[in-house]
Amino acid sequence: MRLTVNGVDHAVDRDPDTPLLSVLRDDLGLTAAKFGCGMGSCGACTVLVDGHPTHACDTPIWAVDGKHVRTLEGLRDHPLQRAFVAEQAMQCGYCIAGIIMTSVALTEREPNPSDATVRRALDGNLCRCGAHNRIVRAVLTSHSHD
Amino acid sequence: MTDIAQWLTFGADDTVDVRSGKVELGQGVLTALAQIVADELGVDVTRVRMHPAVTDVSPDEGYTAGSLSLQHSGTALRRIAARVRTAALATAAEDLHTTPDELVVKDGEIQAPQGESTTYWAIADRLDVPEEADPITTHTVVGQNVPRVDIPGKVDGSRRYIHDLRFPDQLHGRVLRPPGRDAHLLDVDEAPVRALAGVITVIRDNDFLGVIADDEPAAEKAVTLLARTSRWTHPAILPDDKSLSDYLTTAPADTEVRHDSTEWDSSAFAVRGNRPPTPTLRARFHRPYLAHASIGPSCAIARWDGDTLAVWTHSQGVYPLRAELARWFALPPSAVRVEHVEGAGCYGHNGADDVAGDAALLARAVPGWHVRVRWSRPDELGWAPFSPAMVTEVAVELADDGAIRHWRQEIWSNGHSSRPSSAGNPPLLAALHQGAPPIPSTDPPPPHGGGSDRNAVPGYDLPGLTVVTHVLHEMPLRTSAMRSLGAHLNVYAIESVVDELAARAGADPVEYRLRMLGDPRGRHVLELAAELGDWAAPTAEDHGRGVGYARYKNTGGYCAVVAEVEATTSVRVTRLTIAVDVGQVVNPDGVRNQIEGGAIQSIGWTTKEQVRFDRRDVTSRTWEEYPILTFSEVPPVRVELIDRPELPPLGAGEASIGPTAAAIGNALRDALGVTVRTLPLTPANVLEASE
Repeated sequence: MRLTVNGVDHAVDRDPDTPLLSVLRDDLGLTAAKFGCGMGSCGACTVLVDGHPTHACDTPIWAVDGKHVRTLEGLRDHPLQRAFVAEQAMQCGYCIAGIIMTSVALTEREPNPSDATVRRALDGNLCRCGAHNRIVRAVLTSHSHD
Repeated sequence: MTDIAQWLTFGADDTVDVRSGKVELGQGVLTALAQIVADELGVDVTRVRMHPAVTDVSPDEGYTAGSLSLQHSGTALRRIAARVRTAALATAAEDLHTTPDELVVKDGEIQAPQGESTTYWAIADRLDVPEEADPITTHTVVGQNVPRVDIPGKVDGSRRYIHDLRFPDQLHGRVLRPPGRDAHLLDVDEAPVRALAGVITVIRDNDFLGVIADDEPAAEKAVTLLARTSRWTHPAILPDDKSLSDYLTTAPADTEVRHDSTEWDSSAFAVRGNRPPTPTLRARFHRPYLAHASIGPSCAIARWDGDTLAVWTHSQGVYPLRAELARWFALPPSAVRVEHVEGAGCYGHNGADDVAGDAALLARAVPGWHVRVRWSRPDELGWAPFSPAMVTEVAVELADDGAIRHWRQEIWSNGHSSRPSSAGNPPLLAALHQGAPPIPSTDPPPPHGGGSDRNAVPGYDLPGLTVVTHVLHEMPLRTSAMRSLGAHLNVYAIESVVDELAARAGADPVEYRLRMLGDPRGRHVLELAAELGDWAAPTAEDHGRGVGYARYKNTGGYCAVVAEVEATTSVRVTRLTIAVDVGQVVNPDGVRNQIEGGAIQSIGWTTKEQVRFDRRDVTSRTWEEYPILTFSEVPPVRVELIDRPELPPLGAGEASIGPTAAAIGNALRDALGVTVRTLPLTPANVLEASE
């Protein structure tokens, strides 16, 4: 099985049913994406597969064979990262890798989204600390950090 | 200066190394503490390195809880830094042939008027630190929005949470939790589990059943199979969750009068003649069990070497957890090392300590190996201690003019703490599975803010007051501390009744509160929230506006909230305006983040959240069954701070919980004319209240 992660090709020798999250975290050392529920319902593990936000916790690696996977570690000084720092847009930050990756997909599709659009896009990403409004502000202002 | 060195040392690379006993829970406390040290020493905040709490190295500051970190650790660090600065100025003055008051400190460089200078680092080993020293009064770093030290590593993925730690010799453990409360293991066929690829061992100790495997997917598979090859008793011991309030008020309990004032100050209230008081207003409020519901499930790593144990944990207290582990394994505390590593957001006593117990018990079977245990989502939502379900009843006697003559608040609840090494030492979950007898949770004592009775004393000038608690003996569901403890329901109840009394008196709710609120700091937040929250403006149909006020724990931060809600098919909070006074503000943005975060969490608790269970077990085990607030449900929140630089800092983490809940309930009454006394404010509970 071959995975392309953040532009780097990896040969992966694992059971094809292994969750993508396990390979990213345990084999490739990419621990930004987090385990939250294992059922695709909290968004903490969100990565991009061919540009689409995908729950790595319940996506088997056979489903991403030959596809391009992007994780938070693949971003380098991205406007969204700068905006999240500028807005201090988190408390614990456990949900943040997933939220930033969902927001990357959104802003690549729609560079100037409305407040409601950002919230709808992030409804599958849970935050327990109550940093929602800061996070939305960071996404809305990220274009000014280009 | 051994006591000083435990807290603060000067690093070789021109840094200041600071060890606090308080831990980062996502609340930004390490940044705030770094600011206090930088402020007092006169160094750039980026020079201050905050070290994680670890036993034997860090000062023992108990738990990071109760909105007390800045009061405790902040005050301690300020004093220590003041003593160090005073000593450094004395030494520098000698070296530079001048007097301490002639010296100026700029980013750690101590300058004499004639241009000569030295630094903290140059003289650090020659300091004669006095027992006491006066802190500075002009602040340069405290009061500033210093960016959080942990955020850069969280936006690039480089910061390691406990879940991300990887040791070369690391194994993965899982514990099979029983299929119900008080379920006991009858038998288990371990052979098919041991035969699975990657499984190293199966561990059984009475009802404790766990596996160790060489990777995480193998451990998951093994524990899933173990569930199928084990047979358990399945008793129906839980109360009916549809009549939970009846259960709470009838179960055996310790009854205690926590407050009783018979000295009525009749001069403050016009009590005319000797006529009997107007009929009593009596109202009973109820909330269900609530879950911590952290986004990251509990996780820990443990390793045994002979008779020593090392544990990595996101517990709120490394020393109390060590004491508990030492007691459990019959080791001297010095044989146990507990190190804090950040986990997901923590709002009280969640599963952090329990999973550390799981890891320690499993790791004992494989000495020399690190065993990592991470709970599943269903176990996290089903087995971490819950915040207690409660009933609060308020009975008020009124004077003829509508003023309050006597307030009685009566509370039925489980205890709000079963933390390790607290009174009675309730065992960790793994020890319970081993057969340790369960010990019911207790309430923290009144000097710590109480538990069930937290904020049961209304923050108003009342001539007569009685507070009675009934703390249940039975604990069908394990309970412990969660953000604000009993204050969530107590403040909701108090402020709901105050609104009803205002309506009876024909008074505006804010004006009615101000009549009986003498504390100027309380008046200030209430008036400010009303002003900024457009209190007097009209509301649209199906919309309402409500107010809530409390001083947290009656000794902490002051907070007033104006909420607006829309009540159509469900209750939707559309706007929050919050005014807060937490004394000296160390980091304004940090306080705003905590106050807003607490308010948003309170919206979820108050409008949506409820732990569900049948007669055997908890059934709300997924995010679908225990939904929390989503981005689209979060309203705009404005937080206005009243800074009191001359006063000590108070905590901000819990102050907004009760007032937000109360403001929502009162806004709902404003919208519908219905008083809802059962939380959460779901359509079903609103409908029931309307009938």
